[in-house]
Amino acid sequence: MEWEVVIGLEVHVQLATESKLFSGASTRFGAAPNTQACAIDLAMPGTLPVPNKEAFRHAVMFGLAMNAEIGRRSVFERKNYFYPDLPKGYQTTQLAEPIVGPGEIEIHLEDGSSRKVRLHHAHLEEDAGKSLHEDFHGMSGIDLNRAGTPLIEIVSEPDLRSAAEAVAYLKKLHSIVTYLGISDGDMSQGSMRCDANVSVRLKGEKELGTRTEIKNVNSFRFVERAIKVEAERQIDLLEDGGTVTQETRLYDADKNETRSMRSKEVANDYRYFPCPDLLPVELSEDYIEQLRGELPELPDAKSARFASEYGLSAYDADQLTQERVLADYFETVAGKSGEPKLAANWMMGELAALLNREEKSIDQSPVSAEQLAGLIARIVDGTISSKIAKQVFEAMANGEGDADTVIEQRGLKQVSDTGAIEQMIDEVIAGSAKQVENYRNADEAKRPKMMGYFVGQVMKASKGQANPQMINKILKDKLDALL
Amino acid sequence: MHQLTIAEIIRGLREREFSSVEITRQLLTRIEQLDGDLNSFITTTPEQALQQAGAADQRLAAGDAPLLCGVPIAHKDIFCTHGVRTSCGSKMLDNFVPPYDAHVVEQLQAAGAVSLGKTNMDEFAMGSSNETSFYGPVKNPWNPEHVPGGSSGGSAAAVAAQLVPGATATDTGGSIRQPAALTGTTGLKPTYGRVSRWGMIAFASSLDQGGPIARTAEDVAHLLTAMAGHDRRDSTSLDRPVPDFAASLNDDIRGLRIGVPKEYFSEGLNAEAAARVQDALKEYERLGAQLVEISLPHTHLAVPAYYVIAPAEASANLSRFDGVRYGYRCENPADLRDLYMRSRGEGFGEEVKRRILVGAYALSAGYYDAYYNKAQQVRRLIKQDFVQAFEQVDVVMGPTAPNPAFRLNEKTDDPVAMYLEDIYTISANLAGLPAMSLPCGQAGGLPVGLQIIGNYLDEGRMLNAAHQFQQATDWHRATAPFAQAAGEQ
Repeated sequence: MEWEVVIGLEVHVQLATESKLFSGASTRFGAAPNTQACAIDLAMPGTLPVPNKEAFRHAVMFGLAMNAEIGRRSVFERKNYFYPDLPKGYQTTQLAEPIVGPGEIEIHLEDGSSRKVRLHHAHLEEDAGKSLHEDFHGMSGIDLNRAGTPLIEIVSEPDLRSAAEAVAYLKKLHSIVTYLGISDGDMSQGSMRCDANVSVRLKGEKELGTRTEIKNVNSFRFVERAIKVEAERQIDLLEDGGTVTQETRLYDADKNETRSMRSKEVANDYRYFPCPDLLPVELSEDYIEQLRGELPELPDAKSARFASEYGLSAYDADQLTQERVLADYFETVAGKSGEPKLAANWMMGELAALLNREEKSIDQSPVSAEQLAGLIARIVDGTISSKIAKQVFEAMANGEGDADTVIEQRGLKQVSDTGAIEQMIDEVIAGSAKQVENYRNADEAKRPKMMGYFVGQVMKASKGQANPQMINKILKDKLDALL
Repeated sequence: MHQLTIAEIIRGLREREFSSVEITRQLLTRIEQLDGDLNSFITTTPEQALQQAGAADQRLAAGDAPLLCGVPIAHKDIFCTHGVRTSCGSKMLDNFVPPYDAHVVEQLQAAGAVSLGKTNMDEFAMGSSNETSFYGPVKNPWNPEHVPGGSSGGSAAAVAAQLVPGATATDTGGSIRQPAALTGTTGLKPTYGRVSRWGMIAFASSLDQGGPIARTAEDVAHLLTAMAGHDRRDSTSLDRPVPDFAASLNDDIRGLRIGVPKEYFSEGLNAEAAARVQDALKEYERLGAQLVEISLPHTHLAVPAYYVIAPAEASANLSRFDGVRYGYRCENPADLRDLYMRSRGEGFGEEVKRRILVGAYALSAGYYDAYYNKAQQVRRLIKQDFVQAFEQVDVVMGPTAPNPAFRLNEKTDDPVAMYLEDIYTISANLAGLPAMSLPCGQAGGLPVGLQIIGNYLDEGRMLNAAHQFQQATDWHRATAPFAQAAGEQ
């Protein structure tokens, strides 16, 4: 039996506004508990919400970037439930009339293919506080700093068909919100949180299978793993003749498994109704058009431009535009070195490996764009070989200064002096009688391959600094003269 | 001095007939001596009042005093007062001291008024008799065996008993007008949005509106001028200029077109009360106004629609009282669920719990369309009735309440009978229209109220009409026996 996995994602993105969705309290992360919660956030009696205009601006820009309909009229509703970190006893959110309606984006997969993913809608809502269950001796602590922080909840249609597609979609959302500057997108701090609805069905089946919802998976890698393991669980269950129960599940990263979260609880009735403290918000065409005009170049457009303007492959262009800082870095390197393809290769090779190894993001890179451009310039003008360049790169990463300084201080300048190279070649030939004999006796066709040995020896003798093109040419001439 | 109206106090203070400290001290003494029986105050703030009065006297002496400078008032205990316990008539908030003032409190303070304390009220403004208060019922100064109406029963009774010349109040379904009618005082619920709800503890947000109760339309006009105004902290607050409502009191009302809805004189209306209202309408005719019979065909749907919408909003508004951050918390909660259940179970009274249950039911899955949505449709129809009526008439007049003040405990076991007390007042809340009540006679020795409903933002015209009536009649000068008997003290 061939199974198809069907995934829809609900992604909460914390908006980068200075103040909360309905109060003037700061949204800064990491402050001492309850120091950023005002009377409104504490739901003191008689306090009232006032909507944050900037949050609306962020949400509309997001909608425009998603090619989505913008709600000309949006309505906040109350979602009622009791929890200690929900001070009002209801969450102010949107339901029937959200700020962002249906839309569509394209995601790009590693095999070079792409597919469209439909957005069901996105709505504005306030975050809850945090319940802290440790260090309180059998009691719980409540931190309301986060209470009232603006979120957009982005709900996709069930259009994703694999864990990899889900991750590609999530990365796309991440790049859009960070390009727009409406969120820092920091998953480790909870600025972007993901719930995944997962179901499976036999391939060709039209009806959707029963889904489970995996709550709060907070890294790209865990999203991928959680979906995989949950889909496998459902398939095993169905193949053994069982049925999937619609429920909320939690992903345990340590055990790499999902488990039921609150199956015993009866379904919540949130008793939604329009919030009478807030009037419907109506947006004018002028306002929306003004924001459309303020949109920055978005990842897809930038990727297309990188391909055409710099001659990059679609894959490279896509990789380099996933993050705005990465794209900016590339444009600096390409511009200053005049070598976009080398810039792309270095960034996706050595630089990516370095950042990965040191667990740093591009904006924390130990090698600046200017330094990398300088290095590439030295390769191009023949000062160093590509091989030596890697040494120079490592040295720059260790803080030894820019490429010219490293080359100078370490004496890595490429040897392009014909006399010196000839001398080294003569010495190698003289010390390799057996290999020379073999070379002479070999078929014409095999000789170029056999030359590799001699090249290697010369390189070794020059400590890698001899100009490889010159070695090749002189060596061939000398060996051929022996024939 | 306690007989003085606000207008008279304003003049007296300016003409140095007495000081603010003098009148404040006298009223505080009166409250101390008399309110034990009446129970119209939950909290008095004598020290703060005398301090404010002293400061007011200095400003009056300096000659830069705002209009209400030195005038004693009281606040309904639904308005948050910085540093002064604000209970909302509930055990739930018996220990609650707000760290902020309501906008209304700020406004009156800025206008120079001196607050004597906080008045009694039905718990969370839910009631029409002031019998649901955690602090006990308020007595009607006209007859202590009768209720003063509710939910602003404390404010109305305190004004009728001449403990204070004016007080703030709130009206969600008639809570200013009905107690004003039952105590022979004048009270006005402004257009929804005229007065900020910031710091006014919410009952039903889309219906709640603050307003004044005093003894004359002129005094109400002075208080309203101070209370009204745009406030950015309330998203439903209207950003419209506030006129001096006293400026139009003496406008000519000849030619005023008064709509008289036939639905307001149907069965259920006390015959004597009906006769007094008819007398008042005749008086208006004598004053040159023109009576026009109109129909508000959806009137009979107002009470049922209200008792879906108001409890629905209340059920969410009162969720914050959970024993976690402030207010009442039960002893030794076993776990979270126990904390919630007992804090709310013990902290709220019967009527509040009844309305939370009704509201949660009306909003629950499967019932939402049948109740909440249907009630919202009715609300639009009721509003439409008035929009059409105001194409023909300038104001609408009728009775405020179907009966004069009823006896204590008479309706406490029959919630529906209690709810029907608001049958004539609820429509104005559903439509968001301004409406007021003024005394227009007596039935069985108890006051009867005339209701005036105005068009949106037309409080000035209503007050003008009320003032002209009070210039021509003496009903507003009739003093409650309690105030009279105590007057000698």
